[in-house]
Amino acid sequence: MQTPNPPISILNKRESTLEKRASRGVQEKIIAALLLCCALVSVLTTIGIVVTLFEVTVEFFQEVSFAEFFLDTRWTPLFADQHFGIWPLINGTLLIAAIAMLVAVPLGLGSAAYLSEYASFRLAAILRPALELLAGIPTVVYGYFALTYVTPLLRNFLPLEIFNALSAGLVMGVMIIPTVGSISLDALRAVPLSLREAAYGLGATKREVTTQIVFPAALSGIAASIILGISRAVGETMIVVIAAGQQPRLTLNPFEAVAAMTAYIAQVAAGDTPRDSVGYRTLFAVGSTLFLITLLLNIISYFITRRFREVYD
Amino acid sequence: MANLSPANPSSASQGNYRPNTKTRENTGKIFRTACAIALGAGLFVLALLLVDVFQDGFLRMLQPGFFTDNASRFAERAGLRTALLGSIWLLVLLLLISVPIGVGAAVYLEEYASKNRLSQFIEINIANLAGVPSIVYGLLGLGIFNELFRLGPVLLSGALTLSLLVLPLIIVASREAIRAVPLSLRQASYGLGATKWQTVSNHVLPYAIPGIVTGVIISVSRAVGETAPLIVVGAVGYLTANPGVLRRFSALPIQIYDWISRPQADFTNTAAAGIIVLLVLLFVMNGTAIYIRNRFSTFR
Repeated sequence: MQTPNPPISILNKRESTLEKRASRGVQEKIIAALLLCCALVSVLTTIGIVVTLFEVTVEFFQEVSFAEFFLDTRWTPLFADQHFGIWPLINGTLLIAAIAMLVAVPLGLGSAAYLSEYASFRLAAILRPALELLAGIPTVVYGYFALTYVTPLLRNFLPLEIFNALSAGLVMGVMIIPTVGSISLDALRAVPLSLREAAYGLGATKREVTTQIVFPAALSGIAASIILGISRAVGETMIVVIAAGQQPRLTLNPFEAVAAMTAYIAQVAAGDTPRDSVGYRTLFAVGSTLFLITLLLNIISYFITRRFREVYD
Repeated sequence: MANLSPANPSSASQGNYRPNTKTRENTGKIFRTACAIALGAGLFVLALLLVDVFQDGFLRMLQPGFFTDNASRFAERAGLRTALLGSIWLLVLLLLISVPIGVGAAVYLEEYASKNRLSQFIEINIANLAGVPSIVYGLLGLGIFNELFRLGPVLLSGALTLSLLVLPLIIVASREAIRAVPLSLRQASYGLGATKWQTVSNHVLPYAIPGIVTGVIISVSRAVGETAPLIVVGAVGYLTANPGVLRRFSALPIQIYDWISRPQADFTNTAAAGIIVLLVLLFVMNGTAIYIRNRFSTFR
């Protein structure tokens, strides 16, 4: 990084003969192997996640048919009248995530636009870490805030249940502002100045440059940030379990209590479930569904940044 | 524009040219204000949250016994002792497990791995792991450590689960620190006849240590605030016995969650007091990380 233009042979470290000679010897080989093992722990983690989730999920589906899981509209696995329809849980998760994104996308993009286009560099250097503090607050704290501050406040003028999707979603949206804002900010800043200058030269105002030149140019980064935000909203547990309640129902009414997938897992796992119980198996069936949804979102986001990134010099 | 009649160009361009400067400038002002409000809204909620928590919990935190009492059914007698000890145990085990593995993996990827399929696969894999919801790590811990290894819902199981959770973060941070070490340092070491490991352990790692420490503290502070995976692994909020590696355990966020979910109103203040302690702890950790980064950044 420090020498301005190192020759190719130095850049390509693997080719250096000195380095090759230095890696001979038994001890060196052993150390290299040990370090490789450390790196493989992450691969083992992935394999572990996939195997544990799907092993128990397969057991689950030997008892419950796919049709029941995807077509039943009730989720009551722990009651006498058992139903295993996943949709109420997905409904809860998506309802809260949708409310969260309604907050996080405008506020996150607005913050990014202000910090990138309007604020002076020094001001942005102070305000950006301040905004990112929001991402460092433990989610259990957000849950407390939603339940003991936001819900009572909103109940003054809205017919809310004590546990409801609305305050959980609003607070989760605030939590996700830095996810959307920070990644979008990087994308906006990566747009070359020459593009802005060309637009100013044609007589565009600052707002027109921002929304019609800079935003479209940074669209892939912005889209990726939004999808990553959705993925975080879907996987978030504590806010949902504390403030949104435990009632799996099919509803679009944000004033009611709902149960998200993560909330179900946390609720059931908290009351010790033995290995050979229906409760234990439902944990992993719901966990697999959650894992697949977030994995899909992460892959889409990765794909967007890879494929649609505009590369400028 | 091409079919404008050349006989009378000025009237045509006059007809099309409407700069609307006033309206556009006003829209610009509105847009700027809206963006500023968006930024302010996030910061305002942050301030509101902090003020609310401090109002609810500050007096409760100052009451005698809050740090030394065990969990209790009565809000005024409930204390943080078991949770605090549990969090300290978790933190120590977490550092012992995740730092060697994480830094080792980072060294491998930066210094040893050739650009082949395997290292590419490992890299994509690490990026992917960072996006897995934390509660899924809880299920991993439940399935592997609790059931397969037969550890049961004990502290070690929780620490191992959290270690896997922060590993991708530590690897990414350590790699950045190692990448910032100038190549000339390595070349000088090789030139003097040092072996690869001598070069890495005597020159690359010492140079990268401030960056690694900063990254490790920030990653680990995320684990300190994690609740969901510990719930799944089996942490509980009503312990009165001292924690041990193979005993059931509590932790700060678990204790806070337990207090929040109790119906009695008195527990709200106790929960808020616990939150203050957790936030102060995280603030100190991150402050230390930033201090170390600034203190040693003169090397670069």
